[in-house]
Amino acid sequence: MPRLQRLRVHLRERWRALLSTALAGTAAPCMNPAQAATLPDDRAEATYHLYDGGGVQASGPALLVRKSLGDRVALSAQYYVDAVSNASIDVVTYASPFKEKRIATDFGADWLVGNTTLSLAYNRSEEPDYIAEGVGLDVATEVYGGMTTVSLGFTRARDLVGQKLTQGWIDRALHWQYRAGITQILSPRWLVSLNAEAVADEGFLGSPYRAARVFGAAVPERNPRTRSSRAVKLRSINDTSALVPRSSFRAEYRYYWDNWDVKAHTTEFGVAKHLGTRFMVEGLVRHYSQSKALFYSDDAQAETVFVSRNRQLSTFSTTAVGAKLTATWPGATPGTELRVTGSLERKQFRFRDFTDLRSNRPYAYDANVVQVVVSGSF
Amino acid sequence: MHRTLPLLALAALLGGCVTLPEPWVKPYERERLSDPIMQFSRHGSIDRHREHIHTVREGARGATGVQGGGCGCN
Amino acid sequence: MLRRSIATLLLASTTAGAAVQALQPAPDFTLQRAEGGNLRLVEQRGQVVLINFWASWCGPCRVEMPHLNRLHDKYKAGGFTVLGVNIDDDPRHGAATATRWGLRFPVLLDASKAVTKTYDLGAMPSTVLVDRDGRIRYLHRGYREGLEAEYERQIRELVKE
Repeated sequence: MPRLQRLRVHLRERWRALLSTALAGTAAPCMNPAQAATLPDDRAEATYHLYDGGGVQASGPALLVRKSLGDRVALSAQYYVDAVSNASIDVVTYASPFKEKRIATDFGADWLVGNTTLSLAYNRSEEPDYIAEGVGLDVATEVYGGMTTVSLGFTRARDLVGQKLTQGWIDRALHWQYRAGITQILSPRWLVSLNAEAVADEGFLGSPYRAARVFGAAVPERNPRTRSSRAVKLRSINDTSALVPRSSFRAEYRYYWDNWDVKAHTTEFGVAKHLGTRFMVEGLVRHYSQSKALFYSDDAQAETVFVSRNRQLSTFSTTAVGAKLTATWPGATPGTELRVTGSLERKQFRFRDFTDLRSNRPYAYDANVVQVVVSGSF
Repeated sequence: MHRTLPLLALAALLGGCVTLPEPWVKPYERERLSDPIMQFSRHGSIDRHREHIHTVREGARGATGVQGGGCGCN
Repeated sequence: MLRRSIATLLLASTTAGAAVQALQPAPDFTLQRAEGGNLRLVEQRGQVVLINFWASWCGPCRVEMPHLNRLHDKYKAGGFTVLGVNIDDDPRHGAATATRWGLRFPVLLDASKAVTKTYDLGAMPSTVLVDRDGRIRYLHRGYREGLEAEYERQIRELVKE
């Protein structure tokens, strides 16, 4: 046997011997030999989604199928359509309303190795003038007796930017996302999670249709060609059955900051309760507030390298209230079920430094978000 | 070096475990945690759609806990 | 030599995990049966016993059940029985789940989790194989596809004794 092979066998045998002596008859708390992680159930799901607010209406169906091969590998595919009717404030102020369709497809593969789940995902979103494609890898592993889940993820995406009335693509953008998360069981009734994500963008990061305003005149916007952001989120979920039978309370806070000087705080609270054997009702409130990007201006009074009137980069806040109702019917065989969910959310957007040019007052609008999902697990 | 390295790594891993307390929530105490009501995300498609709306309509992105690509759509 | 000294050091430093180990007598217990009445482990001496700790909320437990049903039916004539110890907080829900899943072996209710704590194997489900003399012979933590073949092999070995 060649020397390298002998060395490999030697190392392997010593490793095995050490492992077996250390684990013989005991379950070391940090090494859980039992496989605690499982893949989610097989599923087929049909969704109807609607967003209606600020002159934009985007609605459509989505179909999702998830199938496992054995008990270690699962594949999933999703097809999602957004029929957009756009008469938003930007559009009506500087252009005319339009309709278009966006189609998004997602493919995923999950692989279970011991207590670790590896997930590979590919997604593609296509509009007549914008194509976004991304590939991502996520690794999640259960440690510490299954009480802690550590996850890491990475996504690389590429966009092709086009413009109506122009042949071909006018520009492109690249994105890198790095995610890390840790979920920890603190008690039989309390779970917390800490997530962090860093995003880097490069390329064309604006919109070819949006105009900025400098000295009252409309000029094409000038955005930086790079952006780097960080976000940290802390969430907690508590079983509150002692106060209200079969209920839970959820609290989340996220802090976001980037090198365009946008800082945002997101706070969300949610409650959930079982009603009888079949129903579950949920409620949520969410508040989001952000401070404007460095080069954002409603009406710039100086010439700067970068200038934008993108209201998504202005100082604004949004408050949302939502409710969800789920009904579950168990199937003939154990493990199968049919689930129907209806969700309604009302969002309020209030802008501080973006003027509605139709009324010359700070812009504000309300939006409704509706989702209906029919899901069968088998 | 190549002989002791795997042993040192294992010793470090298990040695580190000595300082951590024994896991205090046993697998047989996880009944409440297995209830769907104790999940952060019960409906993947609804949460993905919500996060898509947030990413498009708001300036912040990331750390949502929902895995999925952005569309970057304008 | 280095290997052995590190091994002993590690063994000494790891805190005690499982409460039971192979080749020790299975701790006795008396539990209420889902169908009514009590069942005592010591009274099963003379039979090979597979004690399976399960719960209605445990997915892998549900997947494992048809295999335990099959093994119980196949080997009970040779002096073998499966004992399913349910650990649901609500014993009525545990018993109802046993009926719904069509379990054909005795189901015992351990809502207080006293027996589970004694046998604590650090995983759900957990399986303990006890021989005719009441000694623990094999331990299994968790369930993965294909484990039922190992169960069958070990049952055959113990039944032949």
